[in-house]
Amino acid sequence: MEENNNNFEPRIIAFVCNWCTYAGADLTGTSRIKYASNVEIVRFPCTGRIDFMLLLKAFAGGSDGIIISGCHPSDCHYTSGNFHARRRWMVFRDMLDFMGIDIERIRWSWVSAAEGAKWADVVNDTVDKIRKMGPYTEYKKAAMFLEEEKICHD
Amino acid sequence: MWLQRNWDCNVILSKLIPYKVSNIMSRIGVFICHCGENISATVDCERVAKASSEMEGVEFATDYKYMCSDPGQTLIKTAIKEHHLDGVVVGSCSPRMHEATFRRACSEAGMNPYLCEIANLREHVSWVHEKCEATTNKAIEIVHGLVEKVKRNRPLDAIEVPVTKKALVIGGGIAGIQASLDIANCGQQVILIEKGPSIGGHMSQLSETFPTLDCSQCILTPRMVEVAQNPNITLYTYAELEKLEGFIGNFKATIRLQAKSVDDSKCTGCGLCTTKCPQNNIPSEFNEGLGTRTAIFTPFPQAVPNKPVIDKEHCKYYQKGKCKVCQKFCPTGAIEYDKPDEFITEDIGAVVVTTGFNVLKTEFFPEYGYGKYKDVINGLQFERLASASGPTLGEIRRPSDGQIPKKIVFIACCGSRDPAKGIPYCSKICCMYTAKHAMLYQHKVHDGDSTVFYMDVRAGGKNYEEFVRRAVEEDHVNYVRGRVARVYEKSGKLIVKGVDTLMGAKPVEIEADMVVLATAGVANKGAEELAQRMHISYDPYHFFTEAHPKLKPVETNTAGIFLAGACQAPKDIPETVASASGAAVKVVSLLSRPTLIREPLVAVVNRCAPPLFSTCVGCFMCQTICPYQAIEREEIKDRKTGKVLKVIARINPGLCQGCGTCVSFCRSKSIDIQGYTNEEMYAEVTALLNK
Repeated sequence: MEENNNNFEPRIIAFVCNWCTYAGADLTGTSRIKYASNVEIVRFPCTGRIDFMLLLKAFAGGSDGIIISGCHPSDCHYTSGNFHARRRWMVFRDMLDFMGIDIERIRWSWVSAAEGAKWADVVNDTVDKIRKMGPYTEYKKAAMFLEEEKICHD
Repeated sequence: MWLQRNWDCNVILSKLIPYKVSNIMSRIGVFICHCGENISATVDCERVAKASSEMEGVEFATDYKYMCSDPGQTLIKTAIKEHHLDGVVVGSCSPRMHEATFRRACSEAGMNPYLCEIANLREHVSWVHEKCEATTNKAIEIVHGLVEKVKRNRPLDAIEVPVTKKALVIGGGIAGIQASLDIANCGQQVILIEKGPSIGGHMSQLSETFPTLDCSQCILTPRMVEVAQNPNITLYTYAELEKLEGFIGNFKATIRLQAKSVDDSKCTGCGLCTTKCPQNNIPSEFNEGLGTRTAIFTPFPQAVPNKPVIDKEHCKYYQKGKCKVCQKFCPTGAIEYDKPDEFITEDIGAVVVTTGFNVLKTEFFPEYGYGKYKDVINGLQFERLASASGPTLGEIRRPSDGQIPKKIVFIACCGSRDPAKGIPYCSKICCMYTAKHAMLYQHKVHDGDSTVFYMDVRAGGKNYEEFVRRAVEEDHVNYVRGRVARVYEKSGKLIVKGVDTLMGAKPVEIEADMVVLATAGVANKGAEELAQRMHISYDPYHFFTEAHPKLKPVETNTAGIFLAGACQAPKDIPETVASASGAAVKVVSLLSRPTLIREPLVAVVNRCAPPLFSTCVGCFMCQTICPYQAIEREEIKDRKTGKVLKVIARINPGLCQGCGTCVSFCRSKSIDIQGYTNEEMYAEVTALLNK
């Protein structure tokens, strides 16, 4: 099973804050450190802004994994946004787990504006891990089912 | 269509609210930059432009060698005009680099600048991936995500905030004096408030200052007088900040003017009352308890304002109901006992906090007998002994019997750099003032013998190291590297037991006449409450924290509030004055503008037609998490009856910094952040995955 996954290119969405991780990823670029191209970055003002419904949205859209990254604790540009995000995540992940969503596919990390190399490591590491886990179709199927059956609305 | 029905969690409400949903008939322009070869070396820019032109809603797409160059920007401007574009995506370097450039170009072409988005194709794609199909595909996906986002971007206008042209300086030490004078000399109004009866702060207590040994009062008092005489400065002594509301450019400060019991307008400062007051053995704060004062007092002869106040805690009249000696003797009838504290409110544009520091004084050092033996004193007390205006008129005499000490021991790092005492930081000023104390002692007691116990001598600063060398080489101060374990009294002498680590941990025992402890510099008592009152942050030691330790050393995280001096951390005089002038420049640059222009990337609570008014349910959870206290309660009232129909949250755009924590926290999804709205972000994420 794992061997089949070696050719699988996962799609990963990274939700990052503008001040630390986005700048850190810029530094990875300016340092010309190469990393896997499977990750696409979405910029937010702060990790505190990240609405966790977006994670579900990304999974429904076909994402195989998610990275959330922001300033290190106590380093938040807005003093406490990352703490709020972390606290909300601690509650939310249990709920996701209960709902049967594979929380192993969500990687949470802190990357500062000075940690260009760490960002490359986080990405490569996550891509390797998700590649081993294979495509994530379960949630997408469920979301499509809900869409087709029109259980959600109307 | 799944997206459009689901992105808004409250579909039923979205039907009720006339909400602008995505503009499907968009005319977006996509501009892909080669950045010389920086992007085009690994990304097929032409293919990206071609793929972009096929995206829904894209009217125009092209690639160019240098988009940020003049011809590149002209290309964008022309396309906006020719193709009537209502959104632009530039695929180039990081938005942190050129977002402002391209937004300016768009706005010059008559488009709202916030309808321009930057796809980061250099730092996030071309520089970090190899040249291959996947890299170009990633670039196309990123552009697609932003095309979908920009379709939903709304035109935003910069927020203009009026500025009240007046500054408030809290604390009348050297930092407050310097900041007030600098601001006032630029023609701006300043209100300076000081907790004590006179300005001057710790600097007025010092004898001589390192490394030049010039008299502290001689350089300070002219400045104090300047403050009193400057027409742009309003000075309130015996005053404290009670409340600070509002935001940058528009603060409202409530100041408590403590009753001085002396009418300043009648008092001439003759000082007769202070000679007649029967309560004359109160330990003087100015002399650090080494001298006495009366209950009606001016802290020191050069005080500004030089008018006495009554210390109610020690005044016989206030305590027992009779005395009134001062009133009897006052030639101008200035004494007024029954006057209560006054409160004044002032409109303020900016605040400078210069509340200073203190030194550890308490029985923090039982091992050194501080508080138990009269002749164990701290550095600030030694300053008073050495000062010509001090209780001994500048002679070094020990507090217990007034004898001149022949053997004196200085112990550096008392508390500082000692995690066991809860103070892991270096107090910075002690090495220098201990060298100065030893030097002053040697200058005043020629046959005296001084020893300094130190951990390290940290003399970083202009002429500082030379100063310490002078103490050792010219004044023959005996420097011993090692800690002191104990100080105890034995037959009238203080036995100092220490160790010399440079001599192989050899025990050292000195029979001293006096011991001076260089106690740690600590935050002022009440600093924590003051910080909370102003909503600025502080560190675990209650020193106020700057917005950035290097690049924003005088700003706080609250816009419009600045810091200077030792309220941030222990600082010496040159550093304090430099930071005060720095803060003053920040204030002046703020006050010299007619209005403040702020980025409109702030959170807003939605509003809609009655009877709903807003989807906000008024739970005010957002208020609890907002780090900037930007969320207020807004009452929606019936226009005719004035009855409150609904209470909802309102976000003050002057205070909001746009972190968006409230957006994800809002339970009814009533808050959105401009520039990063739910609609935009959901569209971007979906589009990234759907290409």
